[in-house]
Amino acid sequence: MKDGRVKSTCMDSDEIERALTRMAHQILEANHGADNIALVGIVTRGDLLADKLAERIEAIEGVSVPHGKLDISFYRDDFATHFAPEVHSTDIPFDIDGMTIVLVDDVLYTGRTIRAALDALMDNGRPASVQLAVLVDRGHRELPIRADYVGKNVPSASDENVRLFLEEVDGFSAVEILEMAQGQRAGAAPVTNGGE
Amino acid sequence: MALMLKNARVIDPQVGLDEVCDILVRDGRIVEVGHNLTMEKGVERDLSGKVLVPGLVDIHVHLREPGGEQKEDIASGTRAAAHGGFTAVCAMPNTAPVIDNAMGVEYVKAVAAAKGKARVYVAGACSQGLKGETLSEMGDMVAHGASAFTDDGKGIQDAGMMRRVMDYASQFNRVVMVHAQDNGLVGDGQVNEGVASTRLGMLGWPAEGEEIEIARDIALCRLTGCPLHIQHVTTARGLDLVRAAKAEGLPVTCEVTPHHMFLTEDAITDEYQTCFKVNPPLRTAEDAAALVAGVADGTVDCIVTDHAPHTDWEKDREFELAPFGMTGLETSLGLVLTHLVNEGVIDFNRMVELMAVNPRQLMRDEPVKIEAGCVADFTVIDPEASWTVEAGDFYSRANNSGFIGAQLKGRATDTYVGGYATMEDGVVVE
Amino acid sequence: MAFNHKHLIDITQYSADDIMLLLETAKNFKQVNERRVKKVPTLKGFTVVNMFNEPSTRTRSSFEIAEKRLSADSLNFGGSSTSTVKGESLVDTVETLCSYKIDLIVVRDKHAGVPRKIADVSGVSVIDAGDGKHQHPTQALLDLYSIWERKGSFDNLKVAVVGDIGHSRVCGSLIPALKIMGCDVTVVAPPTLLPARPDILGADHVSSNLDEVLPEMDVVYMLRIQRERLEGAPYPSLREYNMLYGLTQKRDKLMKPDACVCHPGPINRGVELDSFMADHPERSIILDQVYAGVLVRMAALYLLLGGSNDGFDA
Repeated sequence: MKDGRVKSTCMDSDEIERALTRMAHQILEANHGADNIALVGIVTRGDLLADKLAERIEAIEGVSVPHGKLDISFYRDDFATHFAPEVHSTDIPFDIDGMTIVLVDDVLYTGRTIRAALDALMDNGRPASVQLAVLVDRGHRELPIRADYVGKNVPSASDENVRLFLEEVDGFSAVEILEMAQGQRAGAAPVTNGGE
Repeated sequence: MALMLKNARVIDPQVGLDEVCDILVRDGRIVEVGHNLTMEKGVERDLSGKVLVPGLVDIHVHLREPGGEQKEDIASGTRAAAHGGFTAVCAMPNTAPVIDNAMGVEYVKAVAAAKGKARVYVAGACSQGLKGETLSEMGDMVAHGASAFTDDGKGIQDAGMMRRVMDYASQFNRVVMVHAQDNGLVGDGQVNEGVASTRLGMLGWPAEGEEIEIARDIALCRLTGCPLHIQHVTTARGLDLVRAAKAEGLPVTCEVTPHHMFLTEDAITDEYQTCFKVNPPLRTAEDAAALVAGVADGTVDCIVTDHAPHTDWEKDREFELAPFGMTGLETSLGLVLTHLVNEGVIDFNRMVELMAVNPRQLMRDEPVKIEAGCVADFTVIDPEASWTVEAGDFYSRANNSGFIGAQLKGRATDTYVGGYATMEDGVVVE
Repeated sequence: MAFNHKHLIDITQYSADDIMLLLETAKNFKQVNERRVKKVPTLKGFTVVNMFNEPSTRTRSSFEIAEKRLSADSLNFGGSSTSTVKGESLVDTVETLCSYKIDLIVVRDKHAGVPRKIADVSGVSVIDAGDGKHQHPTQALLDLYSIWERKGSFDNLKVAVVGDIGHSRVCGSLIPALKIMGCDVTVVAPPTLLPARPDILGADHVSSNLDEVLPEMDVVYMLRIQRERLEGAPYPSLREYNMLYGLTQKRDKLMKPDACVCHPGPINRGVELDSFMADHPERSIILDQVYAGVLVRMAALYLLLGGSNDGFDA
C-alpha cells in the first residue's frame, strides 16, 4: 500500500461506535423521530456508516429507515485531471422525492465530495431537505459546506491524510492520521486491501 | 571526347571479365580495355575501390509523362534512374494519353532525348487505350522505335484477345510483357488475400488471380510462339509455372521486384501504410523467399522496380483510396547489393545478368559488353558505401518508397551513358 | 485499477481486464439511464465530434445519446454534406476539425484504417464506430455486455457467429473480443461468406452446417446479411440462405434451453432471423444489446477522456 506512515490514531473502534450512537440520537432528536428520514451514504465508507446508523436508529426507535449508497464518480470536479476508474455503484432502492435525506460520509475535508454528492442526489430526485452527517470533520473547507452531525472534530494539517478504517472491509476499525507521501492526494482508503 | 576510367574492378560475365583494369572510351564507345592505359587528352577518372559493370537497365518503370507530370516526368524519372545507377529504363505505356500509337512512341523518345538522363525504351500498349479490346498499331510503333508491348497495370482479361495480341506481335521480334491479373478474382482487392486481408479487413488480392493468368499466357505462348515476359511475378507457384515453361523450352521470361523480394504482407500494420500498397500486392514470407530462390537458380531473368511514383497527397489518404505502387529506381541497386550480393545469394556476375544483360536483350537492344567497340554505358558501384534511404535524397519527384529508413550497403556512385556521365560521385550531372 | 488507453480503435489492444473494467463501468451507467434525470455532468466542457462519413442511424444515435447523457458537447459531422464530397482530403478535414479544439472523435468510415489515420493526424482520442470491413469495437463491447449480463460470465461459453463473416466489421472486433474473454468461438457461414483466414480473427471452429453446430451453443450471434455490401452474389437467393443459415422457428428445438440469440441490427426478418426468434421472450437479447450500446459507449467515453491516471485512490 502506498499509504504514508501512521502519525496517530484519533478514534479507536469503541470511540467510533460511541460516536455513531450519539449521532443516531442527534439525527432522531433533530428530526423529531424517524418519520420521513432516509440515509444515503457516499461510497466508499460512508455507505457502511449509513448502514450502521440505520441499525442504531432501528434499535432506538424500533423503525427501519430506508438507506442506500451513492457513488459520486460521475460528478467529481477533478475528472479531467485526476482519474482512476473504480467500479462502484449507486444503489438507492427507494424514492427520495419529499424525503429528508441524511447524507453520510466518513471524513469531511474540502467539501468537494459533498458538493458532488448533492448534485448526484438531486439528479436522483427531489428530497424535501438534505442534512449531512460525518464521522470526522478535519477542517480545510474550500466550499461553503458544513456538517449537521459530527462524530469528532479532528484538527489536521493539509499534508496529512485522515482515514477511516472499518472492520468490514479493512479488518480493523479506527480513524488514523497518516503522513502523506510526496504527490499523494487525500482521500478514503481503498476498499480492498493488498489486492490492487 | 575521350574518357579514361582507371582502376575499377570491372565485371562483365559476357566476356568473362572480373579484374581491376582501365577502360578508354571515345565517341561513346569503348576503344580499349586493359592495364596501364594512357591517352593524350581527355577526362580521366580514378575509380579505385569501385566496381564497374555494364550499364544497368530497368525495364519496368512508370515515367508518368505525358499526363501524370505531377507525379513524375521523363526528366525527373530519368534523373532518378541515373541516381540509382541505371543507364536505361523502359517506360510503361499507361500514361494519359496511352502510348498506343507511333505518335506516342515518338513523343516519349523525343522528350527523353531532349531532357532525359537515361536511355528510354518505350513499351507500346498491346491494345488501344489499354482496353483489351482492339489491337494497337504495333507495326507502326515498332517502325518508330517501340521496344516491347504491354498492357501493364491492367492485364488483358479476355483469352481470345490475348491470343490475338500474341499472334500478331509474334511477327515483330518484340516481347509481349504481361501484367498477370484476373479481374474476376482480383476485383477491388487491396492486399494479399489471406492473413493480411483478414487482419486488415480489406478485400483480398489472391495469389490465384495472378497465377491463373500466368498459366493462361504460358499456354498462349505455346500456341502462338510469341515471346512472353511475365512482369513482376510475386508468388511461389507463379514462379513454378515459369520454371516449368522454361524447362519445356518455351520463350518465356520473367522479372521480380525488390519490394516483392524484400517486403511481405506483414509490413502493412494497423497503421495502414499506403507506401506498401502495390499491385500485385506484397505476398507472404514464403513467396518472397521463393522469388529470391528463383533469382539465385536462374528462373528469374530480370530484377525490375515497377517504379510507380505518386504525389504525397495521393498516397496520404485512406488505404483503399490510395493508388497502387511505390518508387524503386533509387533503391533497387542498394537493396540488391545489400540483400543478395552481400549475403552471398548471388554474385556480381549474376547481378549483371539480371540487371543489365537480360533486360537489354529483352528490349532487343545490342549488348553492352566491356570490350572494344561496345557502347559505353557503365554503372560504377561503391560496394562499401553504407547509407540510409531518405526521401530527401531522391531525384524522383515522388517520395512513395516502401524502403524509407532502410540501412543499405552498396550503391552506384557514377553512371555513364554513351561515354558521358549522367551521375558523378553520387550527384546527377546537369 | 489502471486504464491506459487513449483510443478505442483496435479491440485486440485491450486486455480481458480492460474489457471487464469497461463492462463494469457500463453497468454503473445503468443507474443513470434509469432515473428521471438521465444525465451526469462528467463530460461537461468536453467536445466530441461524431464524424460519420457513411450513413448510420443506430450507432450514431447511440453515441449521441451517450454523449448527451455525459454532458459532452457534441458536433455531428458528415453525411452527404461532408467536405470529402467537395474533394477535401481526409487529412485536411481532420485538421480543420481539430482547429475547433475538440477532445474526441467518433468516426465511422467505409474505408478500413481510417480511425487510426485520424488518431495519428489529430492527436485527440478516437473511437472507431466502424471502419470498412475491419472493426467495430463498440459493437463488440455492447455484445459482450449483453452476453455477460445474460450469462454471468464468459468462462467456457460456446458462441456461434453465423452469417456474413467475411464482410463484417462486427466480426472483426467481436470474434477477437470473445477470444480475449475466453469464449470458444465457432463461425458458421457459407464458404462464400467466410474471410480467407477465419483463424486470424480467432475463430476456433469453422462450419457450414448450422444444424450440427446449434446444439452445443450457449450464444448464437446472427449477423445481418449486408445486401448492400456484397460484391457479386455469394448465395443464390435469400430463400436458400434462410433455409441453410437462418435461425428459424424450426431450429429452436435444436438449441440448448438456455441458449440466447444476439443480432447487431437492423434485422432482415425472414432472412437471417425469423420473427419467432427475433422476438423470442427468453432467447432474444437483441433489445438488450441496443440498450447496452448506450451503456458501453458512455463507459468508453468516460474511460478514454478521464484525466491522467496518477494512482489517485479515492
